[in-house]
Amino acid sequence: MLEVKNLVKRFGTNLALNDVSFSTDRAEVIGVIGRSGAGKSTLLRTINRLNKATSGEVLVDGRDVLTLKGNEKLRWQKDCAMIFQQFNLVNRLDVITNVILGSLNTQPPLKAMLKLFSDEDRAFALQLLDRFGMIDTALQRAETLSGGQQQRVAICRAMMQQPTIILADEPIASLDPLNARLVMEALHRINREENILVVCNLHTLDTARNYCDRVIGMRTGEVVFDGPSSDLTDEMAREIYGAEADEAFEPGVTSTSLGRTPMLAEA
Amino acid sequence: MTTTTENSVDVYLERLHAQAKTRALYTVIFIGAIVFVITSGVIFSEEQNAGSLSRGLDQFWDFPTDLFSGAWAAGWDWFGLVGIYTPELFRTINLALFSTALGFICAVFLSLFASTNLISNGWVVSLTRRTLDVLRSFPELVIAIALLFLMGKGELPALIAIWLHTVGALGKLFSEAVENCDMKPVEGLQSAGAGWWQRVRFGVLPQVLPLFFSYGILRLEINVRASTILGFVGAGGIGEALKTNISWSYEPDIMAIMALLVITITTLDYLSTYVRNKLIGGIQL
Repeated sequence: MLEVKNLVKRFGTNLALNDVSFSTDRAEVIGVIGRSGAGKSTLLRTINRLNKATSGEVLVDGRDVLTLKGNEKLRWQKDCAMIFQQFNLVNRLDVITNVILGSLNTQPPLKAMLKLFSDEDRAFALQLLDRFGMIDTALQRAETLSGGQQQRVAICRAMMQQPTIILADEPIASLDPLNARLVMEALHRINREENILVVCNLHTLDTARNYCDRVIGMRTGEVVFDGPSSDLTDEMAREIYGAEADEAFEPGVTSTSLGRTPMLAEA
Repeated sequence: MTTTTENSVDVYLERLHAQAKTRALYTVIFIGAIVFVITSGVIFSEEQNAGSLSRGLDQFWDFPTDLFSGAWAAGWDWFGLVGIYTPELFRTINLALFSTALGFICAVFLSLFASTNLISNGWVVSLTRRTLDVLRSFPELVIAIALLFLMGKGELPALIAIWLHTVGALGKLFSEAVENCDMKPVEGLQSAGAGWWQRVRFGVLPQVLPLFFSYGILRLEINVRASTILGFVGAGGIGEALKTNISWSYEPDIMAIMALLVITITTLDYLSTYVRNKLIGGIQL
């Protein structure tokens, strides 16, 4: 289904992705963990073609999507929906329009420019909003929503693309624990109900353990761990996170688990 | 359960339709109004003017032809003329530079007081805005003619005229830039106990200065043209030279001056792009 082969991305002298390879043949939830700057975002952005890869291949059903051009490239981006840490909605448009924007790739060009969307599209967008408990905000401007609500709208927009893969780049890093849980549960549900492959960058270990079938650990642009999330031992995590390990084990920070007492720093 | 969700989807579809209808109605009214204004304007002017809109079209090329043939006849001497008028050009550019700089500084200050997100007192905001409106509503030419009449021929009346108009025009644009800026950094500074001027200096200005410079440089370009035109009414500079030569039909001289003006505006355009990139890219504002 998805095969990343020897992917390399170089920013100047800095090697953001160093020979990254992994593959999957079923729609699972893959968590990518690692400290900041490990190359997690670069990996997802390169797969979606927001970044240009220096070398390597990304094979989807046997076809290298990194060599696609023009409309084929745009079509691939439609198939591989992206969710961002800062939601990346169009703040000044209403929620329903934001969701429908997910289908721009398949809209008739002139009608879309005039904001003329079909009733089927509108109904589909509303159903998506309803499904994620956001229908009451449909006519509000996106900027009036809270972070957690905006992220759920972003998920609706991603679903509007009718993707085969969803790439989520730190989707819960700016959310409170309750909203983080809602968002992770939504992604998990999409994976199970619609059979969509979800690749999700995460910051905290417990989230990866709770919601992911498989975890890929990255360190300075290299894959240092790849296996079922049950195999992710504390020692392994320490190796992935290096000096920042204690921070990653801190469940209070942008974690999805509620009701735990946060660990206090020693004076 | 499924019926209630179906219902709410239908409810919102219904609302979207209603919204689309009102918007369509407004669009039709708006377009209708524009079409009406344009057509009635054309018809009115056709009736008022003795001739028709297309009259004189066959004489359109007469003057340019004269200009080019005149310049051609002058031969190599023409390039000497370009040198003769260059000092005049510098007088005009100086006038534009000085008045733009003066207007820019005043516009920055006034724009702050015309922005609702910085000033909560509605009276101050509307007083400042009305002042800007008044400054903007008189063309430079009108102010300059009045001042030239009062103060006599010279560059100072032109300077004041361009300066006042620049304050009005830039102040309006600047205050809109300020009102569109992100208030979160300002709130951050406010929470740290920063005063009003400090919040403006470190919360607002870094966001808006690149835009201010863009507008300012565009205004400089407009003001070079404006100060040329003011030369026609006695402000000196290359405009006055142009007027004299046009009234005496010295075609080679007219061509030389026009060439200088085109070169100036083009150079200014290149220069402004360069300066703007330097300012936005490099300097910590």
